[in-house]
Formats: sequence, C-alpha cells, structure tokens
Amino acid sequence: MTGTEVGAPAQRPVLQRLAGASTVWIALVLVALCVLFSVLRPDAFPTLFTLQTLLIEASVLLVLAVGMTFVIITAGIDLSVGSVLVFSGVIGATLMEALSAGGDASDAGIGVVLLGLLGALAGGGAWGLLNGLLVARARIPPLIVTLASFGAALGAAQLITDGVDVRTVPQLLRDGLGFGQTAQVPHMVALAAVVTLAGAWLLHTTRFGRRTFAVGSSAEAARRAGIPVRAHLVRVYTGVGLLSGLAGFMSLAYFGTTTISGHSTDNLNAIAAVVLGGTSLFGGVGSVFGTVIGVFIPAVLTKGFVIVGVQQFWQPVAISAVLVAAVWFDQVRRRSRDRR
Amino acid sequence: MDGSGDGLPLLQARELHKSYGSVQALRGASFDLAAGEVVALIGDNGAGKSTLVKCLSGVERPDAGEILVDGAPVVLDSPTAARERGIETAYQDLAVAPDLDPAANLFLGRELRRPGLLGALGMLDKAGMRRQAAEQFARLGVTLQDLDVPIGALSGGQRQSVAVARSVVWASRVVFLDEPTAALGVVQRERVLDVVRRVRDTGVAVVLISHNMPEVLAVADRIEVLRLGARVARFTAADATLEQLVAAMTGALTHEGDR
Repeated sequence: MTGTEVGAPAQRPVLQRLAGASTVWIALVLVALCVLFSVLRPDAFPTLFTLQTLLIEASVLLVLAVGMTFVIITAGIDLSVGSVLVFSGVIGATLMEALSAGGDASDAGIGVVLLGLLGALAGGGAWGLLNGLLVARARIPPLIVTLASFGAALGAAQLITDGVDVRTVPQLLRDGLGFGQTAQVPHMVALAAVVTLAGAWLLHTTRFGRRTFAVGSSAEAARRAGIPVRAHLVRVYTGVGLLSGLAGFMSLAYFGTTTISGHSTDNLNAIAAVVLGGTSLFGGVGSVFGTVIGVFIPAVLTKGFVIVGVQQFWQPVAISAVLVAAVWFDQVRRRSRDRR
Repeated sequence: MDGSGDGLPLLQARELHKSYGSVQALRGASFDLAAGEVVALIGDNGAGKSTLVKCLSGVERPDAGEILVDGAPVVLDSPTAARERGIETAYQDLAVAPDLDPAANLFLGRELRRPGLLGALGMLDKAGMRRQAAEQFARLGVTLQDLDVPIGALSGGQRQSVAVARSVVWASRVVFLDEPTAALGVVQRERVLDVVRRVRDTGVAVVLISHNMPEVLAVADRIEVLRLGARVARFTAADATLEQLVAAMTGALTHEGDR
C-alpha cells in the first residue's frame, strides 16, 4: 500500500483549472469584441443605453438558452422552444383577454396578469412534459420529437388565434415587466438574471444537476448506478417547457403582441448560444456560465456592427464561423481524450 | 479466512433459464455463494457467465428458476433491488460516466447532500464526497494522479479500478467483479486481487468472473464452471489444477452430473 498522499492528490490551482476550460477562451472573445467596438466608437458603444438595450434584447433568448443547456447536457436537443414560446404567449394572452371585460385586456389588473403568467407556464410545461415523455418513455429520438412539437405547437397557436396576433396586452404587464426599470436595471434583465443564476445553481451545485451530467455522459452507467434516467429526462424537458413558457410571457410583455411569426429561429439561436458556450452536443459537458457568454457574443456582434456601420448581414457569417470553431475545439478535445 | 467461509448459503441460484429470442443463454444454471468466500465463475465465451451475473445483480430477470438470498426466494427486478440487499456489481463496460470526476463516479446514484436546508434543496456536499473518495481510493490502493479530471481522461486501468472501488465500497454482502483485471497492468492487477482478498476478510463474498486461470487459482476459494448455460463442475481451489479447469470448461470433464 502506498500512502494517502498518493490517493489524495491536491486540488489544482483555480487559475490552472480555468485555463483548461474552453469557456474561458470564448469569454475572452466576448471581452475582446466589447473592447474592439468600444475603441472604434467610444461615443456610441460603451454607453448605458447600449448596454441596457443589448441586455433587454438578449433576455428572452437567455431564458430559453438556460433551459437548452440542461437538455443538451443530457445529450438531447429541443427544437421546439421557439414554437412553445409562441404557444405559451398565445395561451397567456388569450386567457387574459377572456378574463377581461369586452375581451380587451389592456386595462387588466394584477390578478389577471398573474393568471396569464400561470397560463403561459402551464402551456409551456405541458409541451415540455409531452416532449419528455416521448423522448424518455417512447424512446423516440429528441430531434424527431421536438421537430414534431416545433411544428405542432406553432400550429396549435395559430389554430387558437386564427393566425392573427393577440394585440391587447395589459398595460400593467408592459409597464411593469416590458419597459420597467429599477435603478437603471430593466426588469426584463433582472428576471433573466434570476433565471440564469437559479439555473447555474441547479446545474452546478445540486444532485439534480449532477445527475443531468451523468445521464448525458453515459445513460447506461447512470441507470446501473440506480439513477432513474427516464424520470430525470422527463423532468429536464418539462423544465425547458416551463422556461419557454416564461420566455413567452416575457416576450408578450416586451412586444405587446404574441409575435406568432417572429420566433421561428429561436431554437437555432438558443442551440448556437449553448454550443458556443462550450456545452457539448454529445452530452455530459457544459455550463450555464458558458451559455451566458454564448448568448452575448451574437448580441454584441449585432449591436456592434450596427453602431460601427458594418453591414449587419455579416453578423450571421461571423457567428457561424465562431460556432464551427467552437464545435471543432470540442471534437479535438474529445478525440484526444478517447485516444487514451 | 480460508476455505469456503462459514458455509451459510448467502446467495443461491436454482435452475435459472434465460433466453434471448432463440438463443438460450442459461439452461438450468445453478450457483452457490457463502458469506466471506471468493468464488470464481469461469467458462468459455458464451457459457452464460455474464447472463448469470446480470440475473443475480438485477439487470436481467430470468425466465424461469429461483434466486435465494439467505435461503429465501427473492425477486431482483432492478439493479436497485439487488443493491438494497447489499449486492454490488462492477461491470466490465459502461460502468462509469466518463465526463464526471472519480469522486462523482464513486458516489453516482448515492450523492451526499449538505446538512440542513441546503441539503433539503438538493445541494451536494462536494467537499465531503471528494474527501471520502480520496480516503476510499487510498484504502483500496487505487492511485490517481488527479482527482479533478473527468474519468474519461484516465487510463483504462484506472477507470476500471474506480469501477471496482465503487462496487467494493458500497457492497455489504456480495460483490460481482466482471473481468476486473482485464484492462490492468501488472501492478494494478495485483492491487485489485489484493482488494479482493481484503474485501473477503471483511466478510463480503466476492464473485470473480475471469478468463485468467492462474489468477483464479491464486485468489479464489472455490471455482464454479459454466458450460452451455449450466453449471458443469465445482472445485475447491486448493484441489484444482489448470488442466482440470480447462477440461471442465471444454466439456471433457463434468462433476455436477455425478452429484
């Protein structure tokens, strides 16, 4: 027997461990972009107004991407988030209209707004639960399940509204959440930040998070270790559905309409953000912090290009290049590990 | 301890049958295990060793036959049901989550939570798990240079050592080791065999599935031989020779039929 010092090696210094993580490099890219645009347009880019609008515009996507992080870590995917967002928004909006006199929800009170929120969360949670059951119980690949609900949820939203956007959204909701600020912090941003912090806490410090990683890393090993893999997957997909419902309500508050046709690429934007942030499409690896970075790189590029005067059509080109580089980095890392 | 433990039957299989489609993996296989003994389960490829172990560890359910723990019939319908009876298994493959670190793998499915409210909310006691994992690895002679890397970044032997350590740490009665030394180097192989003996000395029975005959003869108290889905011979290791084992595995010799 060798001594304990062999069995219990010291933990590596924090800096050294950080340097090994792809997230840090992608975070440096974000910092570099901010510095670059600030140097190019010191009068327009590094301002409070730019920061506020940047954060507000990213907050809905951030909520979706936090949920997507969990799904992708389980080696799954959810293509339905944008459609579920629309569906939930429609449920919330029509519910608030139905509860208001004359079907006009503009002057609705706090009670109606809260019921609308519950309706949106229930609508989103129901789609998530359905996705989860089909993936975990019926064993249909998540790509197919969520591709189907991507179409079906949007179709259902259009059936409910006859394809016409609901336009009477309570002023209380628009002023309170959509445009509300406290000490220069927009309420949309504060809500997204709370969701993000809660997601990070759940993923990185709790048993639920640990098991999310385990299921994505090796579902069979997790099953043999006594983890209820299928029940866990159902919970993860339901969670994403709930977050999509919340995002739908936030979108309602911000835009003042259900924006039925405006979210067809939300799923791809969320997936791109998660993957940019170093979460592996093969499962078992990822972080909420990375996802935050992954959401803001495209947002900063868009804002920066507009301010600097570059054709903003360069933005998707630039994002695609960074995305491919990020996935390539992950592949190289995996191959070098699996060669052992 | 030497010989066959205290002789009380701890885990028994009676005439197990298991078919996968038209393939009969087990055709009336029996198995006996007493507390505190090391039994080697040997047989040629396709003899039914893995299927028997899967039935006894709750991964598969036999089509017919009986499993008894302490002489009483039991139904082992999940790995969890077997674990609740103190039966642990170190699988040869798909045993660990490659992206988690060794401590996380040791506590997989049995994560420690913090005391108080934070624990009730589901927060993990990461420091506690890391400390206990380091202690257990040291106790079992599993040497890892780094406790904070994903287990997939370790060598195959180290991965297997962690899988063995996990089953041994949690087993209170029986531990199945499926080819535990297959991917190991000479030093690590000796370590694992050392662990097997030490576990046996704590009163936990060890079932060793192995192709390595000298290893089997060195560490086992008894040897049971499977052939074509049924037990064909039983030996006391002290009396057995390599030739006898090979003869039993290939069908040139049967003990079981005489009994």
